[in-house]
Amino acid sequence: MTREPLVKVRDLRVEFQLARGTVHAVDGVSFDVEPGEAFGLVGESGSGKTVTLRALVGLLPRGAKLTGGTIEIDGVDVTAADEDTQRHLRGTTVSMIFQEPMTALNPVMRVGDQIAEEPLVRLGMSRSAARARAIELMALVGIPDPRRRAQAYPHELSGGLRQRVMIAIALSGDPKLVLCDEPTTALDVTIQDQILKLLRKLQHELDVSLVFVSHDLAVIAQTCRRLAVMYAGQVVESGAVEQVFREPRHPYTLGLLRAVPDFEVVRERLASIPGSPPDLAAPPAGCRFHPRCRFVQEDCLAIPVELERLDAGREVRCLHHDQTAADVEREPVIVDA
Amino acid sequence: MTLGEYVGRRLLQMIPVILGVTVLVFFMIHLVPGDPARTILGNQATPARVALVRHAWGLDRPLYVQYWKFMGRVAHGNLGDSLFYGVSAGHLVLQRLPVTLWLIILSAIFAVCIAVPLAAVAATKADRAPDHVVRAVPLVGLGFPAFWVGIVLLLIFGLHAGRLFPVGGYGSGFFGHLHSMILPALTVALGLAPILIRSLRASLLEVLESEYVTTARSKGISEKRVMRKHALRNAIISTVSVLGVNIGYLVGGTLVIEQVFALPGIGQLMINSIFQRDFPVVQAVTLVFAVMVVLVYLLTDVAHALLDPRVRFE
Amino acid sequence: MSSITADELEPFIEETAVEHRRGFRHRWYRTPSFVAGVVILGIVVLAALAAPLITKYNPTSQDLLSTLQGPSARHWLGTDDLGRDVWSRLVYGARTDLRVAFLAVVLPFIIGTVLGLLAGYYGGLTDTFASFFVNIVVAFPFYVLIIALVFALGSGTRNIYIAITIVGWVSYTRIIRGEVLVAKRRDYVLAAKSGGLSDFRILFRHLLPNVITQAVIFACSDIVLDILAIVTLGYLGLGVQPPTPDWGNMIASGQTYLTTHWQLSTFPGIAVVFTALGLSLLADGLADLLRPE
Repeated sequence: MTREPLVKVRDLRVEFQLARGTVHAVDGVSFDVEPGEAFGLVGESGSGKTVTLRALVGLLPRGAKLTGGTIEIDGVDVTAADEDTQRHLRGTTVSMIFQEPMTALNPVMRVGDQIAEEPLVRLGMSRSAARARAIELMALVGIPDPRRRAQAYPHELSGGLRQRVMIAIALSGDPKLVLCDEPTTALDVTIQDQILKLLRKLQHELDVSLVFVSHDLAVIAQTCRRLAVMYAGQVVESGAVEQVFREPRHPYTLGLLRAVPDFEVVRERLASIPGSPPDLAAPPAGCRFHPRCRFVQEDCLAIPVELERLDAGREVRCLHHDQTAADVEREPVIVDA
Repeated sequence: MTLGEYVGRRLLQMIPVILGVTVLVFFMIHLVPGDPARTILGNQATPARVALVRHAWGLDRPLYVQYWKFMGRVAHGNLGDSLFYGVSAGHLVLQRLPVTLWLIILSAIFAVCIAVPLAAVAATKADRAPDHVVRAVPLVGLGFPAFWVGIVLLLIFGLHAGRLFPVGGYGSGFFGHLHSMILPALTVALGLAPILIRSLRASLLEVLESEYVTTARSKGISEKRVMRKHALRNAIISTVSVLGVNIGYLVGGTLVIEQVFALPGIGQLMINSIFQRDFPVVQAVTLVFAVMVVLVYLLTDVAHALLDPRVRFE
Repeated sequence: MSSITADELEPFIEETAVEHRRGFRHRWYRTPSFVAGVVILGIVVLAALAAPLITKYNPTSQDLLSTLQGPSARHWLGTDDLGRDVWSRLVYGARTDLRVAFLAVVLPFIIGTVLGLLAGYYGGLTDTFASFFVNIVVAFPFYVLIIALVFALGSGTRNIYIAITIVGWVSYTRIIRGEVLVAKRRDYVLAAKSGGLSDFRILFRHLLPNVITQAVIFACSDIVLDILAIVTLGYLGLGVQPPTPDWGNMIASGQTYLTTHWQLSTFPGIAVVFTALGLSLLADGLADLLRPE
């Protein structure tokens, strides 16, 4: 990889101020995304993956505040940029696909107009050119009979078509980076597969980078080349998808993999991770995963654990990652057919 | 369902309510203590006249016959004859209806013009100083008696401040009407605006937190366009319903305000007729007001259906 | 909050909700609108109760030698066209208007709540009938119906109560009906039903305490509406009959002297606004404090 990364996130920190204290929703997250690459962010809800994604597009939820770190997109440090510069990056450089297309589409605007809005306003196209562009985009994302469907309102379309409209909107500004926030979670399984294939096809054809947020490892495996696993606001493991899935080094990643039903091999019994994610207003001392960890030892409770670099592009936040390795050795996660 | 069918169905649903309204208006006369004819005509009236009125109103017949006759008259547009003017009450009402309609429409426009910008400012600056100020408006504003606000406005703009506006009357010609309507309409609007501000602010806050507004923002369009094209458009829908629900309050407000500003509308007609104990006219005005409100309910439902593409399919 | 934030913050929201339920007693003094409302209303009520102690003149005694005087040490707010002391009339007016307004909500509250309970709980024909009557009453503009009814019944406080009751029950029925429709699907009602409790017991022992909150909050704003209605009737000459002091009356009689003695209409107006503000703040604070989840 000689190309300069499209996205450089360094030590990102986002906090929520609540009456009961400060919640460190994102606590020192770093990763790169290369041009044309699909990168996955994995974790349970509350792990900070969605907030990280929102920070990338500069649209943090209300009450959230960026308190540290830098996000460089296409050479521009968006954390230092003013509101206008950030706004100009949205749509034409970074765009976003949301989880629930029903709520993410304006219910009282025809879908054609919603897709045409960016060409019209941002790219300065004429009304008719923008409309033509919208229909072109709808055809591109595989919406049959786009000319007629452009006149429809969101509630008149099926879930799958709505998500295709959402994708068309995300592509309408010709962005370099598309952020996907669990784009298939709300859809039927068969439709999920179609949408994922579409996204992969578009990624290659249009040479855009994707950042995929999901709790579903199967989705990540199907779409991404590299991934970072997040837990309690921190990255606990990162690397190439193939490698992380085959040889996980963090007990949390291992737990996630073991909890996946029917993941390339039918498992005898499903393992689940005991306990629940920690309260981020008062995270556990030492390793944040220690209360739920099978391999916990005394030193895990002492000091915060740093990310450790294993080999090129492979990092893990665990003092005893050899334990995980040994466990995988005993019982492989992926059995080649 | 097409819009025509929708309106048709809503019109059909209105029929029982209108019937109920006529029953209530009809029974008003039986709320009058003692012998209605005598009470209404007063002690000076000769027994012959009392008997005449009693017979003319059919008060000597069984209730259902009275109601049947009443409905027969109303169906033919006959709302009875004024005891004071000696002409048909319906004629009196029709003559003065335009003034009241003018006032209602102008007030609604003013109220929307006051409420929308204030609510928009409050919602975009939620929990900051402008929001706190705007949130105080309904709290304080709802406690103002409309007629008193009218008097204060009269005092400031009609008598002082260069006598900008007439202190009463209806003026002549379109601009004369408009000029004389500004203060009264403003008064009614000031009473209605707090209710609108409260509901519009709440729905704007909800809309601004919605995902489709985030989608709109992720397009990199200006915050102004997000507000105009996406947020307001959606928030207005629920506000139209609120405006519809409160239309009774708005219409009732005009009744009192016409009195303050000496506007010759049906509200003033009603109050004057009350003091002239002109029962048929009071009855007619009450009925017309109710029918007007029911029609406005229908109008807001239609507006809702036009604004919200989801409605017709539910 | 958007679903994303809700998702991320779910555990915390859960906890704040529990905190909300934890009680009125600990938090009322920390709700500014509630405290302000209590203070303002307290001042007005105290003034009304202590009327004989804080006024020097009989509110109805005329002094035709000193009419239309400006504020002075003898007459703090001056005198009206009949030489009556404006301050005395203002304070005694509070007695009249507050009493009528508070009493006027009692019957609508009771009737509306019971009808709402029955309509919501039984549904079907009961509900159809209740909704039919609600629709008829709301077809009339509030003031038009009140004024028409007071005209038919004749003026005076008793007829004001009747008119306000005929118009006012509607809001309570609507509110309670809506609340019952939601509440009757809850576990505690289903449990009570399967436990074989009588409908009467379920309605009044189990449902009522759970749905009454919204009606109580509305009652506070309803008193504001009633005060305005009473004052408006007084202004139109259909309300409390002279010489009994009433703010609406005072405003109406002062309007004649608007150009020369603006204070005659202004002070009673301010009194109405002040009282209404207190009640609105109280309603707002109550809504804040009683908001369950």
